[in-house]
Amino acid sequence: MKKDVAVIGGGMTIFRRRLKETGKELSFLAAKMAMEDAGIQKDDIDMIVMGTAPDAFDGIHMKGENLLDGAAGAGKPYVRVFNGGGTGVFAPIAGWWHVASGVADVCLVVAEEKMGSCYPHPQTAFQHIWDPVLDRPLHPNLVWLFAMEMNRYMTVHGIKKEDIARVAVKNKRNAVGHPCAQLADPNITVDDVLNSEMMAWPVQRLDISPPSDGAAALLFCSEDVVRQYTDDPVWVGGVGWNIDSTMWTNRDLYFPRYVAHAAKMAYKMAGIVNPRKEIDFAEPYDPFDYKELHHMEGLLLCDKGEAPILTREGVTQRDGDMPICPSGGLLGVGNPIAATMGQKVCELYWQLAGKAGKRQIPTNPRVGVGQAWGDIMQMATVMVLKR
Amino acid sequence: MEQKKDEKVTYPKYAPGTHVSTSDIYQKNITYSWWEPEVQYAWSLGPAYSRFLEGLKEGKILGIHCHKCKRVIVPPRSFCEYCYGPTDGWIELPDTGIIETYSVSYLDPDANRIEEPILIGVIDIDGADEHHGFMHYFGEMSKDEIKIGMKVKAVWKPEDEREGSITDIKYFKPLRGGE
Amino acid sequence: MTRVCVIGIGHTDFNSMTPGMGWKEFMYEACNKAYMDAGIDPRRDIDSFITCAEDYWEGFSIFDEFVPDQIGALLRPCCTVCGDGIYGLGNAYMQIQTGLMNVVSIEAHSKASDLLTYGDIMLHAFDPIYDRPVSGPVQRPNYAGSPSYTEESPKPLVGASDEKERIHPYFLAGLEMQHYLRKTKTTEEQCAMVAVQNKRNAFSNPYADYELNISVDDVMKSEYCFSPLKNLDVSPTVDGAVCFVLASEDFAREIGAEPIYLSGFGWSSETPWLSTRGMEADYAKKASKMAYKMAEIKQPTRQIDLVEVDDRFTYKQLQHLEALGFAGEGQAGRLIEDGSLDIDGWLPTNPSGGSLGVGNCLEATGLQKSLEIVTQLRGHAGKRQIADAQTGLAQSWRGIPSGSGAVAIFTRG
Repeated sequence: MKKDVAVIGGGMTIFRRRLKETGKELSFLAAKMAMEDAGIQKDDIDMIVMGTAPDAFDGIHMKGENLLDGAAGAGKPYVRVFNGGGTGVFAPIAGWWHVASGVADVCLVVAEEKMGSCYPHPQTAFQHIWDPVLDRPLHPNLVWLFAMEMNRYMTVHGIKKEDIARVAVKNKRNAVGHPCAQLADPNITVDDVLNSEMMAWPVQRLDISPPSDGAAALLFCSEDVVRQYTDDPVWVGGVGWNIDSTMWTNRDLYFPRYVAHAAKMAYKMAGIVNPRKEIDFAEPYDPFDYKELHHMEGLLLCDKGEAPILTREGVTQRDGDMPICPSGGLLGVGNPIAATMGQKVCELYWQLAGKAGKRQIPTNPRVGVGQAWGDIMQMATVMVLKR
Repeated sequence: MEQKKDEKVTYPKYAPGTHVSTSDIYQKNITYSWWEPEVQYAWSLGPAYSRFLEGLKEGKILGIHCHKCKRVIVPPRSFCEYCYGPTDGWIELPDTGIIETYSVSYLDPDANRIEEPILIGVIDIDGADEHHGFMHYFGEMSKDEIKIGMKVKAVWKPEDEREGSITDIKYFKPLRGGE
Repeated sequence: MTRVCVIGIGHTDFNSMTPGMGWKEFMYEACNKAYMDAGIDPRRDIDSFITCAEDYWEGFSIFDEFVPDQIGALLRPCCTVCGDGIYGLGNAYMQIQTGLMNVVSIEAHSKASDLLTYGDIMLHAFDPIYDRPVSGPVQRPNYAGSPSYTEESPKPLVGASDEKERIHPYFLAGLEMQHYLRKTKTTEEQCAMVAVQNKRNAFSNPYADYELNISVDDVMKSEYCFSPLKNLDVSPTVDGAVCFVLASEDFAREIGAEPIYLSGFGWSSETPWLSTRGMEADYAKKASKMAYKMAEIKQPTRQIDLVEVDDRFTYKQLQHLEALGFAGEGQAGRLIEDGSLDIDGWLPTNPSGGSLGVGNCLEATGLQKSLEIVTQLRGHAGKRQIADAQTGLAQSWRGIPSGSGAVAIFTRG
């Protein structure tokens, strides 16, 4: 690598179904917090990356352009990257290459989502992610997609629904320590999940993360200037991203092979040979409870079909051997698509810097991996941070 | 190594943002604006999709060969995503297959609840490569009956109602003994 | 420092309509040609793929889904950059500079003929609170204030109003042109000359679709659409796809590619607030400053042999030439008058015909312009070849209502 890249600040707004602030105001709040955290001014920022998912949520075409002043982008080099739900980890990856290439010394990454603007429901916008010829005439609902993948995953491995429900319970409880959380619940039980409203079998209400408004921000800087800002930086160890075919009905959905490809790319760069031993904790993308399990397997943190067993045995609890989603994940903190950078990458930074307070993993972690997943069950983005 | 810094501070240190509820909107506690865009498209579909849709109109499921990869692909496309060469050779596939995966949905496209669930899933079409198929509805079976691996057959609309759309197939029904 | 080379270019024909091809075949054609031009197999040699696209131009909520198969990116790193093609080139440049990637493919396209409501889609990019209401009636939902409203309530009756006429967003270009003409004392005739020249240049470009032999008088007599903007001042939309393959210098040398370097790029954005924006193409000034620094260009007028600047409206070409430092304020009009911008002038500008001659290809505009620069530097431009071209600059703007734009500089090795 040309330059090593450090994370020097993070910021995040609350996540809620609807926030009063506009998208650019949310971007501003998150960006300001990250800049305060790092002790940096707008003039110190060389380039800016915006991560934000479908325009149809905010109801603004080219919405990156509309958001740019909130992300300190006015008068500066500013670019938006996008790969659906994968954007939450992809935007920081793009921020990484801005700095690692030597083109920028300091790069601000802002991720924003405002799903509350979309009427009658953000689901309406999701209709347009389907293939216009094969899928849209069937008037599909987005939840179908995950229900079908979850069913395939459960059937191939013979997984019980209650073992999947444990993920929702763990994450909603973990979220209790998160000041931004939308759906933290210290008392939730597996029965609550299993008895919640059936949406599209096997997906029930509490299996799903909610649509949310929110924003998150991160500051990256190069090894050359990092000492101006901190003595104890957290470094980007590896990045990986990978896409599978548009034709999601042409592959077996039980295993996300694209996640494995992305993970291998990131691990190779980070010099990780045995991810199960060398990675201390992970933030896999968990918009649905089964996805956390699916992604643990994709990230090669366990064998295929083994993730539900580890969850049942408590290995993935915050004080377990392999804490998974210590932030509370999307299930507990909320799911403003791209802004989930707050759980998936900011959380890695806060944990590794020992700043996670009530959420702090007790075992003094040194290496963490965050991952997001997007497009039509085909995109994986992975980032490894280390201390 | 011991834990660093003041453990009591939890980051993010504060949580900015103002929550509004749905009732705030209809009780006019907040101001908001409304806009419905006029966005319309007419996509050119290209040769592969077009031929596939023509096939459906004729009551046929058409697949396509990639001779280099030795794949029989459905739904068809003009090029093979594995070898990046053009696909070649149309093939008519049977209108039967097995259920690759399915869901029983109580939600309509706008996430509204519906009473009678929709049975939906992916059909792995016979004669094509493994795990090659498309999404469709299921019918003539109950939500308790449906299972992965079940053999199914397409139920077509009458010929004069077919218009070259995936909905020219009404749904897939169980393929029972003797059919 | 590794240098970054252009090792392959490919494009479709540029046509006002392309009903025979879907967006997938369209992209496949451009990419396949670029990969053949580079002499590489994308499934083996390309490390990373970038598409430059915007959802609403395509009609999808997540267009990134519908990309990988036709560009060869199956199970490879692939992403969308929401911006003009030059933003894609810049991101590819950075990916290569990190050492993580050796070969990167960048694709951008326009399928404008699939858009039935081009103006309304563009209007959807205006700020929903401050700017859209000025452009058309705001329809209010009829459920507001109703305590009985639930998720199941009937949808609001929009579209029932008789007042549905919304202004075409090109009015913004009319406003800016007015400002430009007043401030710089440039004349409408000078702007008209841009249309005349670019549409004439397009005759020697085999892929251009809007070549015309017209006079300044014809442009001046064409109808005002957004005064002072006239119909022939506006570039019509076109379908077209362009693909670039960039590689590290080592890889380029290995495959024996003709070395054309991407020696610098830059981009910049102005505030999105229309009412407080300068209207003076500050984005182009800042973007070019960044690119000149990277490419070590101190005197653009001497060091750059040809330029392709954004000319989606005639005045934009003159405004951009000034912003890029090729003319002082208000001086670009003179350059078009005295023939400096002709193919045999000292600053050949838009030899491809530009957007006025080739057509406005939305986010592919920057790549279409880069395509011309690379073709010229390779010496493959046929009748419109500029002798001894060593260094060329391509510049693009993201179009109305944005204040963002990018610059790329190419050099022959």
